[in-house]
Amino acid sequence: MIYEGKKRIWSEYQKEIPEDNYFYVRSCIRQNFFPASEKTFLDIVRNRLGKDFFETQHHTTCGGIAYHSDAIPQETVMTIIARQFALMTEAGYKNYACSCITSFGLYTETMETWKLFPELEAKIREILWKTCHKEFRIPENLAHASDIIYKFRNMIAEKAAYRLVNVKTGKPLRVVEHIGCHYAKMFPSRGVGGAEYPYVLAGMIESWGGEVIDYPERRHCCGFGFRQYLVKANRGYSLSNTHKKFESMAPFKPDMIITNCPGCPYFMDRWQYVISELEGKTYGENGYGIPVFTYEEVAGLVLGYDPWDLGLQMHQVAVEPLLDKMGIKYDPAKKYLGENGKYIGKPQMPRFIKCC
Amino acid sequence: MDNNYNTIIIGAGPAGMEAAYRLSVFGIRTCLLEKEAETGGHLLKWDRIFPEGRKASEILGFMRKRIESGNITTITSARIDSIRKKAGNGYEAELATNEGKKTITADTILIACGFKLFNAAKKEEYGYGIYNRVITNADLENLFKTNSTGSIIGENRTPAVGFVHCVGSRDEKAGNRHCSKVCCATAVKQAMEIKEAYPQATVYCFYMDLRMFGRHYEDMYLEAQQKYGIRFIRGRVSEVSEDCNERIVAKAEDTLSGKPVKITLDMLVLMSGIACNPDSGKITGSLSIENDSDGFIKYADSIFGQVKGPGIFTAGTCTGPKTLPETINEAGEAAAVIYGYLKGNSNNF
Amino acid sequence: MTPDINFGFGLSKSSRINLDNADNEKFRELAAREPDILKCMACGSCAASCSAGNFTELNLRKIILMLTRGAEKETVRQLESCMFCGKCILVCPRGINTRHLIKSIREIYCRPCAEPETGNGI
Repeated sequence: MIYEGKKRIWSEYQKEIPEDNYFYVRSCIRQNFFPASEKTFLDIVRNRLGKDFFETQHHTTCGGIAYHSDAIPQETVMTIIARQFALMTEAGYKNYACSCITSFGLYTETMETWKLFPELEAKIREILWKTCHKEFRIPENLAHASDIIYKFRNMIAEKAAYRLVNVKTGKPLRVVEHIGCHYAKMFPSRGVGGAEYPYVLAGMIESWGGEVIDYPERRHCCGFGFRQYLVKANRGYSLSNTHKKFESMAPFKPDMIITNCPGCPYFMDRWQYVISELEGKTYGENGYGIPVFTYEEVAGLVLGYDPWDLGLQMHQVAVEPLLDKMGIKYDPAKKYLGENGKYIGKPQMPRFIKCC
Repeated sequence: MDNNYNTIIIGAGPAGMEAAYRLSVFGIRTCLLEKEAETGGHLLKWDRIFPEGRKASEILGFMRKRIESGNITTITSARIDSIRKKAGNGYEAELATNEGKKTITADTILIACGFKLFNAAKKEEYGYGIYNRVITNADLENLFKTNSTGSIIGENRTPAVGFVHCVGSRDEKAGNRHCSKVCCATAVKQAMEIKEAYPQATVYCFYMDLRMFGRHYEDMYLEAQQKYGIRFIRGRVSEVSEDCNERIVAKAEDTLSGKPVKITLDMLVLMSGIACNPDSGKITGSLSIENDSDGFIKYADSIFGQVKGPGIFTAGTCTGPKTLPETINEAGEAAAVIYGYLKGNSNNF
Repeated sequence: MTPDINFGFGLSKSSRINLDNADNEKFRELAAREPDILKCMACGSCAASCSAGNFTELNLRKIILMLTRGAEKETVRQLESCMFCGKCILVCPRGINTRHLIKSIREIYCRPCAEPETGNGI
């Protein structure tokens, strides 16, 4: 691999990411899948970096799941988005940051569509007025939350308590970065580094001491894909896509996977368990899986947050091997204790993949 | 020596050199301008030329000999700072040369500024400039010339090698809708050369349509199949990456079986197409002639060729992809037309 | 492996051809015996004129293609429908003796049952 060649491509895909003053919207599913990721993000940007991120309880789903499952038409999803923009406008913000990749893709798609078809934008404005009595301005800047962590990656590195380095060997951890399809595949210029060789997560990994793995199926979908997962009869197809990725990355012996999408970490995490049950195969060392993280979780680990406060006990694939490699102190007894020491239950021991 | 000529020829590739020679035979005085330090154009980069595989250096040597004439003034490392129509008749060009600034004039201009090889790095998915084992057709010619294919392939005597046709050709997104015409034959030629060098190699050509249009080209295709066992897969390579042994993994669809294919390769050769030379726009702009939407110079007539503009002529690939013999033919034709023009016959096309 | 848990779904079989495994002994033997197989340019004349092709899956163009890709199982089976009428020889623009080729394919790829089985699979 010629690193300079990648740098040349990265230099061609640089997007403007504002320093401060964001209207932040959460994802509908991430809070269930990875409950502390968004909380950690807000804590990092607000309390560690001192930035202004505004949230409102009136924000709803962007409609992405329904849209991508063919349950609602484009006009409906655009009206939902228009309403979110109205909330931003009312709050006095111009920079819109979203936590979800599919939302990011949908916002980008909508804004591009309105540019090309102003009559459609006018129609949506009219529908929004009739239904909600709201008006909106289109955000001056749209960022995905991973763009923001990317922007502040070096500031995070300066405050780092741990690095993506194996403390025993001193070598950089080998990290697979997986980018959500809706981040840049539709509009490569809207993603940091473009769509073929995205830099948004690679930049964080480099900055925090890790080594990025470039493996043959890096562009492949994680397996979520909405329709293929939502219908149970199609789930084998979802599973097979994930399986294909793991078969492709396994020879590189990754220590961990970082993702920036709601679905990807979930599917790459949970399907490792299902693959182990069906095939008897695990992809990590010593019968473990390859731990999968959101970028907020990794930023949190680097900054020294307690792994259990980051919600890492909610992962199917045990994260302990990675914590040990990074030299992070944790209390195994507290893994399954929630708030006020309340026992939250633990997974039944799978047959093959080691849990803890 | 005075700086007045009958014809200024822009570009000393095969077209410019051949036209200069033909005009010199007619007794016409030309100034042959070349921006590079040497004459020869793309021939300099090539090792062998299809269909017979003649050495490019021999062809070039022959052409260079032919332009050693008192009627031809060759200026290499020449930059055209300006070129314009003079008041009255003729043209004037200001040059920056190794000997300093110079102004030359002539009755006619022959544009033979050729093409640019498509920059394969623009097709990001092919990983040119990112993966060591991904090279272009021009790179491979250089490896053949210097006998150094091993620098990519290594010690492996049974390598797998792939050729991707139509890189930057028939590709609207890459800005080139046209077919580059010569890449299919070049790929088949190079594939056979690889088999000559590595008889145990497995060689694949990934093509969209095999356009073996010229005389003896179909024979090359048959020879490639029958004698060399080269495998042809109808499908465009869509993704290229590196496996953990730093070999290339390429994906395509075998469109004839309707199935996706995957292959691991020791070398992947991208057939960079013929793209317009962006410099031609600067020249045509100052001479008030037009470039087409594909960037190549526009012909005045689609059958009889040549451009609109009194005393301005073209030869070679500045008007679109051509093989070497076609370029040579057109240069000869341009010389005849220029001769007629200078003799007062303006009814050339 | 039989899972203890019935997920109600499993891994799907990939349709992808892995060309890394395309070179096999059988194909090399076939190409040595029938060198003209390498001349096929996939024009489809044989399949278009095939007596059996309209009523069965038989498609000689595809069979040759799949053999060169190392995927033999699914295609060799098709040859059971061939009636050896020889129409395909007439139309092949590259003069491949397709009838003889089919015989050789059967001999090499269906070795345990080199002789045509009873019934033609129609």
